Amino acid sequence: MPCVSPDGKPTSSGMAVLKSLKDGALSPKDIASKTGQPLFRVRSGLRELKNAGFVEEAEGKYRLSENGKTLVE
Amino acid sequence: MAEEETEEVGLPVLGRKAPDFEAVTTQGTLRLSDFEGTWLVLFSHPADFTPVCTTEFIAFAKIYEELKKRNTELLGLSVDSVSSHIAWTRNVEKKMRVKIPFPIIADLNKEVAKKYGMIHPEQSKTETVRCVFVIDPESKIRAMIYYPLTTGRNMKEILRLIDALQTTDKHKVATPANWKPGDPVVVPPPATAEQAEERLKEGYKCKDWYLCFKKL
Repeated sequence: MPCVSPDGKPTSSGMAVLKSLKDGALSPKDIASKTGQPLFRVRSGLRELKNAGFVEEAEGKYRLSENGKTLVE
Repeated sequence: MAEEETEEVGLPVLGRKAPDFEAVTTQGTLRLSDFEGTWLVLFSHPADFTPVCTTEFIAFAKIYEELKKRNTELLGLSVDSVSSHIAWTRNVEKKMRVKIPFPIIADLNKEVAKKYGMIHPEQSKTETVRCVFVIDPESKIRAMIYYPLTTGRNMKEILRLIDALQTTDKHKVATPANWKPGDPVVVPPPATAEQAEERLKEGYKCKDWYLCFKKL
């Protein structure tokens, strides 16, 4: 998995996505340009991070969940 | 004499939406919709750890940056496991010093291969033939190439094909035989007798009313 390891922890590219959300909600496209990761990987990674409870989605934008915030701060 | 049974192979159709999929890859679970907004070259190879496929993967890796300049992603596929893909690409990196930067679908149940008509039983019942599908940012199939197991593909032609499709979309023109970027393009032929009459006065370089070229 690109963003979440089998043990449930974010990978380095997962952490890069989480850190990009530190200042607020972003669209997948914004995350891709901020992290330098390809858009397809960001979209796939966000699904994993959402399923693992690290991010939340509203109206096409993603923000850190409480769990996600504890990892980034 | 008993007639030989032939298995039907369903092929995608140019201009139609590309068959949707969700597949396990070397870069996680990917859906076709993850590539919306970018062009995608989806290609299949017969098997990991085979000679022609290895030369092709090295060649695909070498055009990866050129494809990125064209807003185009690469996605490989074969009927092998993710572990096999990982072992093979690590071997290619170690022995041939080429890193494979794009994801590869592990299509063990042949689900994606069947949707895209990648298995041609007369070539192999278990392996995919050498297919290339060029899929546009709206997920439509724009071009297809099918090569047999024995023949490696030409990367220059794949780049040329993408250049031609993107030029066609941008400028509403067509591209002649052996066209390459910078060459004159073909002006779409007139649809009426009146347009045919006018075509020769429109300033294009014309051989006749139905064959006119222009520089972009």
